[in-house]
Amino acid sequence: MKLTKAQQNYLIFLLFIAFLGLSFLFKYEPGVRMGHNFILFATDMLLILPPAFVLIGLFDVWAKREVIERHFGEDSGLRGYLWAILLAATTVGGALVALPVANALYHKGARYAMVLAYVSAAALVMIPMTIMEATILGPSFTVVRLVVSLPLVIISSLLLEKFLLRSGYLLPAEK
Amino acid sequence: MLALYIVTLVLVVLSLVVDSTKTAVGIRLGLKKFQKILPSFLKLLIFVAVVLFFSEGLISEYLGQDNLLLGILTGLTLGSVTMMPGFISYPLAGVLVEKGVAYMVVASFVTSLMMVGVLTYPIEKSYFGVRATLARNLTSLVIAVIISLAIGLFYGEI
Repeated sequence: MKLTKAQQNYLIFLLFIAFLGLSFLFKYEPGVRMGHNFILFATDMLLILPPAFVLIGLFDVWAKREVIERHFGEDSGLRGYLWAILLAATTVGGALVALPVANALYHKGARYAMVLAYVSAAALVMIPMTIMEATILGPSFTVVRLVVSLPLVIISSLLLEKFLLRSGYLLPAEK
Repeated sequence: MLALYIVTLVLVVLSLVVDSTKTAVGIRLGLKKFQKILPSFLKLLIFVAVVLFFSEGLISEYLGQDNLLLGILTGLTLGSVTMMPGFISYPLAGVLVEKGVAYMVVASFVTSLMMVGVLTYPIEKSYFGVRATLARNLTSLVIAVIISLAIGLFYGEI
């Protein structure tokens, strides 16, 4: 019997769960510690992803191409960045949510620079993260980081856009 | 988290009111996308658990060394190859700072943690393709270095 890649991944996952379960049962220390990390991270992400993807689906059917092109397309300048960064700041779930959103934006007519600025900004200026950072590491750490980050987000997105356009690169479409 | 569910619910209801067939198509589309990355995502969860298990000790042990350059390089490396949610990474960063680890080392670690994804490579590849994924991650590494330097300058560490 030949398993597809997805089935293999599910199988590996089930085996890992079984390993964690046995670890807890027999108090196998490394397995238990791994399990604690796993539960924290897994519940967090598994709770975020389904609603996030429902929103992405709704975006796909409702967002008009002209609107995305107007705000994030070829002629969108600084305002496009403003929108991209605002959208990123309110994105929850980190890269795992930002990447599919970026892909959807791209296929609705957003230019590379905006898509890439969005992904970088989603890593650097997400509001919940930023608040937590300021509380723990101090507001000045966060302010310096943000002030340095934002120009870098824009400059890097333009450089990457140039690089990708020069090679005539297209982002993969979702099958 | 709760806010996300409320926003989603409100938007779904709104969307249903305006056009129920379109809404159904949208939700089905979203869930299909979710189902498509779910297997890679589950595998990622395993990697995260295993890598965190081995790197937690490394993180507090090696980031705190006296050599700033080595500290930053370690921060960048561990930040790139590991992945953890903010509610783990920031408390950890707080502990590092309390232990006397330089702010710029902490910055190199948290920035690369958020921006550079070795573990998420298979997932990023399916949305961005190989070339854009590599280019983005390399650029992000450079950004992490610049941010770390800026933080170092600000705190007078260099």
